[in-house]
Amino acid sequence: MLVIGVVALLTQAGEALVLPVGLPWLGAHFRLDALSAFFLLVVNLGAAAASLFGLGYGRHEESPGRVLPFFPAFLAGMNLVVLAADAFTFLFAWEFMSLASWALVMAQHRRPDNAAAGYLYLLMASFGTLALLLAFGLLAGPAGGYSFEEIRQSPSAAVSGAVLVLALIGAGSKAGLVPLHVWLPLAHPAAPSHVSALMSGVMTKVAVYGFVRLVFDLLGPPSWWWGALVALLGGVTAAMGVLYALMEHDLKRLLAYHTVENIGIIFIGLGLAFAFQANAMPAAAALALTAALLHVFNHSVFKSLLFFGAGAVLGATGERDMERLGGLIHRMPLTAFAFLVGCAAISALPPFNGFVSEWLTFQAILLSPALPQWLLKFLVPAIGALLALSAALAAACFVKAFGITFLGRARTPVAAQATETDRWSLTAMFALAALCLLAGILPGYFIDALAPVIQSLAGANLPRQHELDWLTIVPVAQSRSSYNGLLLFLCIALAAALACEVIRRRASAAVRRSAPWDCGFPDASPATQYTAASFSQPIRRVFGTVVFRATEEVHMPPPGDARPARLSVRLRDVPWDSLYLPAAALVSYAAERLNRLQFLTIRGYLTLVFGALVALLMVLSIWQ
Amino acid sequence: MTGQLAFDVAHLFAGGLVLVSFLLLYQDRMTGLVNIFALHALVVSLSVAWQAAIQDASHLYITAAIALVVKAIVIPLALHRIIVRLGIHRTIEPVVSIGQTMLAGIGLVALSIMVMLPITAQAGTLAREDLAFALSVILLGMLMMIARRNAVSQVIGFMSIENGLILAATGAKGMPLVVEISVAFSILVALIVIGIFLFRIRERFETVDVHLLHEHRGEQP
Amino acid sequence: MAVVTDALVQLIQMLVVLALAPLLAGYVRTVKARLLGRRGPPLLQPYRDLLRLLRKEVVLAHSASWVFRVTPYLVFATTWVAAALVPTFAAGLVVSYAADMIAIVALLASARFMLALAGLDVGTSFGGIGSSREMMIASLAEPAMLMVVFTLSLLAGSTQLSSIAAFMQGPGVGLRVSLALALVALVMVAIAENARIPVDNPATHLELTMVHEAMILEYSGRHLALIEAASFVKLLLYVSVIACAFAPWGIAISGQGFAAYLVGLAAYVVKLAAGGFLLAVFETSIAKMRVFRVSDFLGAALMLGVLATLLLFVSRVT
Repeated sequence: MLVIGVVALLTQAGEALVLPVGLPWLGAHFRLDALSAFFLLVVNLGAAAASLFGLGYGRHEESPGRVLPFFPAFLAGMNLVVLAADAFTFLFAWEFMSLASWALVMAQHRRPDNAAAGYLYLLMASFGTLALLLAFGLLAGPAGGYSFEEIRQSPSAAVSGAVLVLALIGAGSKAGLVPLHVWLPLAHPAAPSHVSALMSGVMTKVAVYGFVRLVFDLLGPPSWWWGALVALLGGVTAAMGVLYALMEHDLKRLLAYHTVENIGIIFIGLGLAFAFQANAMPAAAALALTAALLHVFNHSVFKSLLFFGAGAVLGATGERDMERLGGLIHRMPLTAFAFLVGCAAISALPPFNGFVSEWLTFQAILLSPALPQWLLKFLVPAIGALLALSAALAAACFVKAFGITFLGRARTPVAAQATETDRWSLTAMFALAALCLLAGILPGYFIDALAPVIQSLAGANLPRQHELDWLTIVPVAQSRSSYNGLLLFLCIALAAALACEVIRRRASAAVRRSAPWDCGFPDASPATQYTAASFSQPIRRVFGTVVFRATEEVHMPPPGDARPARLSVRLRDVPWDSLYLPAAALVSYAAERLNRLQFLTIRGYLTLVFGALVALLMVLSIWQ
Repeated sequence: MTGQLAFDVAHLFAGGLVLVSFLLLYQDRMTGLVNIFALHALVVSLSVAWQAAIQDASHLYITAAIALVVKAIVIPLALHRIIVRLGIHRTIEPVVSIGQTMLAGIGLVALSIMVMLPITAQAGTLAREDLAFALSVILLGMLMMIARRNAVSQVIGFMSIENGLILAATGAKGMPLVVEISVAFSILVALIVIGIFLFRIRERFETVDVHLLHEHRGEQP
Repeated sequence: MAVVTDALVQLIQMLVVLALAPLLAGYVRTVKARLLGRRGPPLLQPYRDLLRLLRKEVVLAHSASWVFRVTPYLVFATTWVAAALVPTFAAGLVVSYAADMIAIVALLASARFMLALAGLDVGTSFGGIGSSREMMIASLAEPAMLMVVFTLSLLAGSTQLSSIAAFMQGPGVGLRVSLALALVALVMVAIAENARIPVDNPATHLELTMVHEAMILEYSGRHLALIEAASFVKLLLYVSVIACAFAPWGIAISGQGFAAYLVGLAAYVVKLAAGGFLLAVFETSIAKMRVFRVSDFLGAALMLGVLATLLLFVSRVT
């Protein structure tokens, strides 16, 4: 499937296929156009890497029977969603994908939090599918044409706003937009690690595909307020996602929350593209769309890499909690190196690929003063500030993740006795790490590969990149801005080599090992080093008191007591408390009331049936 | 002196006043607050003097002089002495944290721009932005009054509102009553300041009778 | 031929940056000392410090890994490359089209990333203090810097520093409020990023008051020499950025001839001296803030940057 995706993307073929399966009057349409080809590439790249990783990781799986059959089903579901060309096939494949991944999440269902995670996931997935069902229903309209071709031919401007909101709810809940993100940090870590990588890195991208297909392709020309809404949601998601991630000390939950942040960045790009398109600025829309789709690709690569690293650590130590790890760089050097590359890439540091897509998003923001609407003029600088803030906080988050897990001294005996993972996992990780570096150094080729997709969606394109001197990328014009990843990488390498050479010649080469600086109090205990909670304490003090109502409490034992003092941190998830708990309370209340229906007398039930019949007859008479 | 440079400098003064208003919001010490308020009054007087120069309206020089003498020199000096004498608590406690106050300040500036720019569509760009800045200074002064738990900061907030009004009034041409209004406002504010401290003195010593207060002076001969 | 001259000028610029950086740091130190009534160390003391450090042996903790040993080279390389991209006495250099201001900010972020990791590497609490506080400061300083970059590039129509310098030298700029706000914000960010009073005290010996010094507490010998050199270059970089964006007079455009380069170099040295003097005066006239006040300080810088960008967005009449 990977090869098909690559080939189709490069040759811009647009094949269609109709199978006589599915609804009787509809059949199942499949189509491979540029957008599908790109997402096929993303999905199957992740799938190939995850399969490779799974070969090695599978040894740690206690009950492979729960995982092995559902894994290919999950992959098949994702591929079918991307290929679907009519509403029924799309929704069927979407539900299939959700159910297969639910089965994978529940693979270790004996653990209580896994059961809760699976329940919440099923709930949110059903809710999302409901929203998408309504969206497709509105799109198909009274004529009832469900295939994508028919929907494209008959745009209806009246319902497009409602369709956008429904698509945002449906696809956004699967992708992880705030406030629909609550299932993500519970469900993603509960699955086995290669499945987590797929769910976080790839399934969220399938959700983005769903959104792009629905809104860009099928919905017709956008209005400007769509751009404002999507970009605002994206900005809030990005900032909240990374702040959540900073407060976590479970490695996989941290990575899952961080996926939320990157989805926010992608939606910022998509929102800007809407705004530009609504104002008839196709070149700028192309830039914003390129930034968003390139980030889709980049994120799937480095998030999968990071989840593989977390899986390797879990397999080697049995621990996901960073507070019980440490010093793993000495025991698992290769995993540590690959994880470091992933951390650097996700923190948007040159010369890796994360920087390229963030740079393109910033360039798109810099083009937006030309937008005439007042609300956009105020919103876009705020969104730019949120994006910059989340980029800086992401770097802090990954210093914490890498530093506490791999660096320092081991905090528990399991961490002190970890061993390196097997070569399949390492191969998968290093392949993805090499891809991160390659996409960062040679971004022009990747941007050109995206060109057919952008052309079909935005109607315009960036200048052809790989013909420029020295492989620079120029999004708008040379005089405006340019970036050359290869040259930057070479300069840094040369400068470092020069420094090495000068040092070697001029400086003393003596090295001595000794104990670290201890200010006169030698401590042998690794418990005195910084923990994850203490690392994020300054940031928690600055941001967390506002966003999470974080409180810190110290419980001091009475004087003379030899027990240690305890510091506890309490955080509250504001969307959970303000949206979900009241909604759950409402549902419980309604269910309590409706429960009375179970206990009516025979006469009560007969009255109900009679009442329903009378009501239907009245409706029928009014309709005539 | 070209017209463009004249507008630019006036614009810069208006923007500078907004910046100093943000600095007022940022302070958490009493002495710093009074000093920055002196700077606020100084920027207003310079701006008014500049307007007088380019509009050729000599009565505005009087307004500038009043602002300079009364609000940039006399009132801050008096406040400094009173703070030291009465030993008022030196730190100002904010109701919400300073970061959130600054964020609210940015929102207020955005709001004033959003309000002012569309409704003054006929005027030149820079004049509209000056009006938007003046409205922001007024709103920021009000924010300062409600976001601090301290009487002195409330008085200073009120006086900075008045500075914003002066900026708006002098920016538009032809306001001959400005002199009288400035004098009246300055006297009013001075009375309010004196009144507050009289109340404090009464709270502390149970009397404002100067003869009885005389006993509480240290260093009896 | 022009390419060769340009490449030569670029090389000379990189060497000038490296040579002048310790001098700037020494100058600031000496001026501070004189203002405090002391004589202060000699002007060339930083050079002697670097040479002395190069000759000493490196003492590594038992728990230090390869990250600890590689970081000084990477930090030095990224900071030096970032400084090479800033027009100091000549604009339009060869490499300056490889990276714009956003890339410069990101390069400095890479250096900080590696340094924070090295702080956590040894596994003591001092490194943790430095790394966590540094990342908090960075999480506010970097967005503020990016907002300043947005302001400058919205005005100049480009994110390249050479274009920004050319625009600011030209007639179309005028006195704009956004520029004043951006200047104040940039100065605040520069003070925070270079670990100067009031954010951090570069000359402190108390671990609890350290931010930058705590991260590099375990470094010694040639590693410490590289990191010190990198921090000197970073100070020079920020002063150069402020000079290039807000006081660009005298910068030679490529192809103007040898005399223009000499004039540019002289102007650059004067700007560095002025900037260093102002920094020393500012540092001696204000006290160090406590750590959680730094977030208010940088939050104010971020707000000023957002306000500057907002004003530019709003005042575009298209």
